[in-house]
Amino acid sequence: MKSRVIVITSGKGGVGKTTTTANLGTALAMMGKKVIMIDTDIGLRNLDVVMGLENRIVFDIVDAVNGHCKLKQALIKDKRFDGLYLLPAAQTKDKTAVSPHQMKNMTNELRKDFDFILVDCPAGIEQGFKNAIAGADKAVVVATPEVSSVRDADRIIGLLEAAGLTETKLIINRIRSKMVKRGDMMDISDIIDILAIELLGVVPEDEAIVVSTNRGEPAVLENVSRAGAAYRRIARRLTGEEVPMYSLDDPENIMDKFKKMLKLAR
Amino acid sequence: MSLLDVLSRIFSRESAPSKDIARERLRLVLVHDRASASPEFLNSLKEDLIKVIRDYLDIDEEALQVNLENEDNSIALIANIPVRGFKRKGNEAVSS
Ligand SMILES: Nc1ncnc2c1ncn2[C@@H]1O[C@H](COP(=O)(O)OP(=O)(O)OP(=O)(O)O)[C@@H](O)[C@H]1O
Ligand SMILES: [Mg+2]
Repeated sequence: MKSRVIVITSGKGGVGKTTTTANLGTALAMMGKKVIMIDTDIGLRNLDVVMGLENRIVFDIVDAVNGHCKLKQALIKDKRFDGLYLLPAAQTKDKTAVSPHQMKNMTNELRKDFDFILVDCPAGIEQGFKNAIAGADKAVVVATPEVSSVRDADRIIGLLEAAGLTETKLIINRIRSKMVKRGDMMDISDIIDILAIELLGVVPEDEAIVVSTNRGEPAVLENVSRAGAAYRRIARRLTGEEVPMYSLDDPENIMDKFKKMLKLAR
Repeated sequence: MSLLDVLSRIFSRESAPSKDIARERLRLVLVHDRASASPEFLNSLKEDLIKVIRDYLDIDEEALQVNLENEDNSIALIANIPVRGFKRKGNEAVSS
């Protein structure tokens, strides 16, 4: 399989880029893929704690690109899956410690050993963003169903296009079916119409995400988490599999229908 | 349903669901964002406008202004095009 470098970006901060990177990386590894997740948020390292790997860090991305260590030495092996690795961001240096050119070389070198290279992008459109997208073949934009997030997503899609990344796909995160139903949250079609890009998947708001970040165990490892299930489906789509989009409230609806059936039977 | 829920329902019925407001505001703000993100956009629109109007009117091309402006709930393309005189389109087409 040809390896793919996918950047996960958003413009706006805190919409779920790191959560998405950790869950998609883990889900792809569960499917037997070789995956490296790169944290490019220099100064605000987070992917390590979401993955529960913070105690294993010796070297970081800045050490690796500047030759303080071999690239392989900076890669941290996941505790759960053989094919899953993390390249952590530097915590002390600043964003200019890495250049887009260096990022491109590094991701190209990683292609030899990995099927998927997932790049967790920092918020914003500055240097960190430029570094993160430099070596990418494809981009995934994460947005929440809010005006500010969708607006920033639109801006990012424009910047990605200008950088030659045209096949950008969208993940809508933290959707709440109850709010959508009562008309207090934009729904999937509203957002897709406005942004005019392809939908890669929808992830519901889910307390399991908070619990899983507390533990350092991505939600995809959890069978009952709805967000985890959504991320597993998205990971299958990334491998090229056709996975139908579930309607937003499917899991709830099935239960509702079941309850109704019981009531009718009585 | 709590009293608060009942009250908020009664009051919110007056206005559109907030997601419709969100969608409308987004649509408008993105027109501006997209236009200002590419400065060439208004310029090339201006050049094309001149090309078309030139066949019909004698205009002051230097003074021509094109802008996107907000009006209550919509965006308007406002063009200010000083006209010096008319052209007879048929004649012009033949002579030019
Ligand atoms: N589907 C979800 N349900 C509930 N909470 C979520 C969900 N997705 C993300 N969160 C929470 O939102 C917060 C921000 O998520 P995350 O750190 O992944 O965002 P980010 O885009 O990487 O942020 P930054 O821009 O700071 O890097 C976290 O506390 C995370 O647990
Ligand atoms: Mg992050």
